[in-house]
Amino acid sequence: MIIATNVNKKFSKLTALDNVSAVCNKGQTISLIGPNGSGKTTFIKCLLGMVVPDSGFITFNEKNISHNWQYRAAIGYMPQIGRYPENMTIAQVFDMMKDIRKQSAIQPDEELIHLFKLDTMLNKRMGTLSGGTRQKVSASLAFLFNPDVLILDEPTAGLDPLSTEILKDKIRKEKQKGKLVLITSHILSDLDDIVTEVIYMQEGKLRFHKSLEQLKEDTGEMKLSRAIAQVMQTS
Amino acid sequence: MKKIIKYVLIDLLRNRITIAYTLFLLVISLSVFNLEDNPSKGILSLLNLILIIVPLVSIVFSTIYVYNAAEFIELLVSQPLKRVNIWLSIFTGLGASMCFAFLAGCGIPVLIYAPFDVGIIMTAMGLLITIIFVAIALLASVLTRDKAKGIGVSVLLWFYFTLIFDGIVLFLLFQFMDYPMEKPMVLFSCLNPIDLARILILLKLDISALMGATSAVFRNFFGNQWGMIATVLIMTAWAFMPLWWSVRKFNRKDL
Repeated sequence: MIIATNVNKKFSKLTALDNVSAVCNKGQTISLIGPNGSGKTTFIKCLLGMVVPDSGFITFNEKNISHNWQYRAAIGYMPQIGRYPENMTIAQVFDMMKDIRKQSAIQPDEELIHLFKLDTMLNKRMGTLSGGTRQKVSASLAFLFNPDVLILDEPTAGLDPLSTEILKDKIRKEKQKGKLVLITSHILSDLDDIVTEVIYMQEGKLRFHKSLEQLKEDTGEMKLSRAIAQVMQTS
Repeated sequence: MKKIIKYVLIDLLRNRITIAYTLFLLVISLSVFNLEDNPSKGILSLLNLILIIVPLVSIVFSTIYVYNAAEFIELLVSQPLKRVNIWLSIFTGLGASMCFAFLAGCGIPVLIYAPFDVGIIMTAMGLLITIIFVAIALLASVLTRDKAKGIGVSVLLWFYFTLIFDGIVLFLLFQFMDYPMEKPMVLFSCLNPIDLARILILLKLDISALMGATSAVFRNFFGNQWGMIATVLIMTAWAFMPLWWSVRKFNRKDL
């Protein structure tokens, strides 16, 4: 579904992505793991066309994504830090996104809005919301249009344990529908029972791309967090 | 595109600073016209205030707005939308709300107290200056990543157009006093939209004699219909060029 080929990106002197190639298919739940500054977010932003690679190309459903914008209709993206126009209320933000996406054929998926109890505070202004609540808004927006691909950048950072569970249940549900889910997270215990594949990045290079079983077998560990800890130590 | 403009406008019209700016302009223009019994004199006093305040507020406010909207722009870019449309919508929204503030705060009093051609030209020039400086602000904010730097660049640009440029022109005038400088002066004034607006309004006010021999040349060039059209075209170019450049930059910008 998404194929990245030899993607390079440099920010002045810093190499953010160094010859990254990856194949992501439907039905997979891929976790991007790596130390801070290893290029995970840059890679995600390349997929979304927010960062333009210096060389290499990315295809989405066999179409090159550069100079293309329609493909983003099939992606739900939850950013690391979601900030919205401060004067708008939650309801207005949702209405705006529905308005912009204008896919009337698709019934919007408002499950998360209800589960996060955002519908009880629709009239609150975005500027007054706490970090966790904004995160909930971002998550609800990512799932709102029933996209084929979900890209979640640090989805559980700032969420309370109850909301984290709600979000994880939702991810599991979408995974069963055969969607491609890409997650970055440092809280590996959150990922343990969701993920099917692991991409490990370091210093802008893609170190390996394995299925979770393979990784556990190779490291001899049962938990993802321990397996990754071992990889980090040896590399 | 219409939808994005709508939401940028909703956000901006409720912004306290745009409301404060409107009220500020309203207080200034009303008090100026009430202090002077002659509307022409009022226009003259107002002109000098407007040509300082309007560019400053337009450029600084727009720069700050674009930086504050960085995450919002990021959100829009991740949606199925063209980047050009996003950027032009932000420009249209900012330009429209600043123009609206100027019209409500300054245009209406001017048109009430001085409803003749000077008043109309002054309002039109104020609107053009607003649009030009919003475009320059967008360029400044797309070129620099850092917010403090971007605002600094905007303030410097404002400083350049209102003070430094005139200083340079004066310096050149004194250096080349022995040569006929009238024609090059016309060219120089085209390099600064604020000067263009000022000259055009002063010529209409019939006090251009104060400008000495240069004014005769100015009157020849700017005074007739063609000069007016040329001025408006040059000012449109002043708005269009930075905007076009900023669109090109934004298209390739990493967010």
